Amino acid sequence: MSFGKIQKQAKADWDSQYHGKAPHILVGTATCGRAAGALPVVEALNKELANRNARAKLTEVGCIGLCSLEPLVTIIKPDSFAVCYNNVTPQVVPTIVEGYVLGDDPCLDLALGTLGGGEGDAAYIPELSRFEHEYRLLLRNCGYIDPGNINHYIANGGYSSLVNALHREPDAIIEAIKKSGLRGRGGAGFPTGRKWEECRQASGDMKYVICNADEGDPGAFMDRVVLESDPQQVIEGMIIAAYAVGAREGFIYIRAEYPLAIERLEVALEQAKKLGLLGKNILGSGFSFDIEIVQGAGAFVSGESTALMYAIEGRRSMPRARPPHSVRAGLWGKPTVLNNVKTYAYVPLIIARGADWFSGLGTEGSKGTAVFALAGKMVNTGLAEVAMGTTLHELIFDIGGGIQSGKKFKAVQIGGPSGGCLPESMLRTPVDFDSLRKAGAIMGSGGVIAMDEGNCMVDTAKFFLDFIQKESCGKCSTCRIGTKHMLDILEGITTGKGRIEDMDLLVELGEDIRGGSLCGLGRTAPNPALTTIRYFRDEYEAHILEKRCPALVCKELIAYYILPDKCERGCEHCVLACPVEAIVTNEKGIKVIDQSKCTKCGSCQLVCPPEYNAVIRLSPPSLVPAADAKDKG
Amino acid sequence: MEELKQKLSDILKPDKKNRRHLIYLLQGVQRKSGYLSKEAMLVVAEFLDIPGSTVYGIATFYNQFRFTPLGKHPVKVCMGTACHLAGGKLVLEAMARELDIEVGGITPDHEFSLDRVACVGCCALAPVVEIGDSVYPKMTPPKVEEVLVTVKPVGQEQSEKQ
Repeated sequence: MSFGKIQKQAKADWDSQYHGKAPHILVGTATCGRAAGALPVVEALNKELANRNARAKLTEVGCIGLCSLEPLVTIIKPDSFAVCYNNVTPQVVPTIVEGYVLGDDPCLDLALGTLGGGEGDAAYIPELSRFEHEYRLLLRNCGYIDPGNINHYIANGGYSSLVNALHREPDAIIEAIKKSGLRGRGGAGFPTGRKWEECRQASGDMKYVICNADEGDPGAFMDRVVLESDPQQVIEGMIIAAYAVGAREGFIYIRAEYPLAIERLEVALEQAKKLGLLGKNILGSGFSFDIEIVQGAGAFVSGESTALMYAIEGRRSMPRARPPHSVRAGLWGKPTVLNNVKTYAYVPLIIARGADWFSGLGTEGSKGTAVFALAGKMVNTGLAEVAMGTTLHELIFDIGGGIQSGKKFKAVQIGGPSGGCLPESMLRTPVDFDSLRKAGAIMGSGGVIAMDEGNCMVDTAKFFLDFIQKESCGKCSTCRIGTKHMLDILEGITTGKGRIEDMDLLVELGEDIRGGSLCGLGRTAPNPALTTIRYFRDEYEAHILEKRCPALVCKELIAYYILPDKCERGCEHCVLACPVEAIVTNEKGIKVIDQSKCTKCGSCQLVCPPEYNAVIRLSPPSLVPAADAKDKG
Repeated sequence: MEELKQKLSDILKPDKKNRRHLIYLLQGVQRKSGYLSKEAMLVVAEFLDIPGSTVYGIATFYNQFRFTPLGKHPVKVCMGTACHLAGGKLVLEAMARELDIEVGGITPDHEFSLDRVACVGCCALAPVVEIGDSVYPKMTPPKVEEVLVTVKPVGQEQSEKQ
């Protein structure tokens, strides 16, 4: 089939759904939507539509990035607004169906806003001001098209870049990617065009293209959303890359923890093959390329490029010394190009809109956009895509909506276990590869986690060191032993056994690990500890000198206490919730915590009715009135 | 051993008889049996004609593989960054206390097993717990008992004992 015919067919399929006479319902069923309960909503909608004999079509789409508002349902109607409904439950489904599917009442009290854009432009909700700060390229179709239908991607301009590329010389494509200034989105930011060029020039008849979808960074989920919502853009990018470097085989290495992304990728590959866009003699060009999915087995270090290649070979994924670089001797010793999910996804856009367009976006050294996963204590958790150079402040406050429950912002952790924690004074930092590195963090894979006054920075550093120490592959002694020692020191500080010289020791150890480790993960492992010492020294000092955790987090340094004058007496919530029977009622009817029994699980504080709010945390624990337990208990 | 080979024959297919498929094969075995037994690893080693120690070395390197059976309701508590900040550790402790097992363990009746996972990618709903195929968002220690009861009602336990 010629591409013109494929496009025509795709357009017809698309129009019948998105421009048909019947209402068209979109439900976001990516992993986050499902966790929020999207599947029961789909079921309720199908049932209600059948019961009411409604002529409407339902399509499961990916995620538009508004995770905290899931499940999200959009009703597209001919000759009227497309209306989005947030936090939909099966209970409100009949109301929405009655109101806007069958009738003309958009049920404004349940609506989030209208759906704008689409048809090749980014879909967005104009009523939400956050979209004014975003610049959506990779997310343009996410939550709007059906990821399980290649026609939707093609109808919105998909695969025309591949056709365009197949008519050009591979060198011209590499030149365009170089000129665009695209840098790898896996974290390190190596210029993509240069990588491709070196691989093309490397000698060898067998070359490979690998897509790194081993998103192991805890707190990052951009790649998952892209693969679950619009997988074809990644596949198209990989095919173009393969054509440019001269590869015939490709692999997508993806975490086994992402079953839905794997399922949708499998469907996407199958559909691309069926249309002759992938496989033998692609679109009659004589160029053949096939892609195989390889599931990761859960090792953070597999995300490192040389390690990932060993994992595909069925070996232990332990990074190796370079040179030789993978572009000369990678998978099975053959020249290999390895890029991140998002890096490939930019490629079709650069081919379609031109290198100059892309290099016109962003900053001097970092071109284009960046996709971030917003999590932690932000109001609008989910995904955001902004032009490079946007400040952290804009990202966290204008798009993320600031901190939940009106609490005070304390720090932002960016770049995952390899990144760092930046304080409020650094919020003017623009997000681009170079500025973030200068600040002590890194772009990393793009996880942005906001922390409020209730998060302890020493505990956060300990969390990342604990992660790294468990995930260290063990090859380099500085990383294997050094991170263990750093963790032990942090453990000591958070349990009140810290010494003031520990901070210098941590910095010294951190520098040794940075200098003595082979791979990027080891070299950046000390970052969370080093940045917290750099920016939050006072918190370390409070833990060490006063045995006090200012954020009231570190268990050994806090105690739970029930304020006698606030305790309602008649209520038994805390007593029933306590798993270790540490709460007793004294003769005055006031609840008292037996500190020797308390495991500090926090259940009593969670269940104490908000109108009393009698349970508090104290640090250091010695603040609990000594007479309390004995005298009144 | 022969019986096990028979059982795994739909995984150990001739076209997968290549060293590079080792991890894939182990994943298949684990999917089928819930864990990797010593015997199963030896069967895989024999199939690929590599030493058993190599198979064991690979299996122990990757977090996905486990060497004890999985409970009927495998509980996985997410310990990613977002979940940690939202109190994931307290949820894990509550889960261990409620089930009366250690992390990595299994209840004597083989109903529940408890593990920690690095990140399930639902950071916006932190802290999350995965039980079987269901994800439970915004968990707290008091909610732990509630969730476990919905997975396996208390009455069920009693009727099983009878």
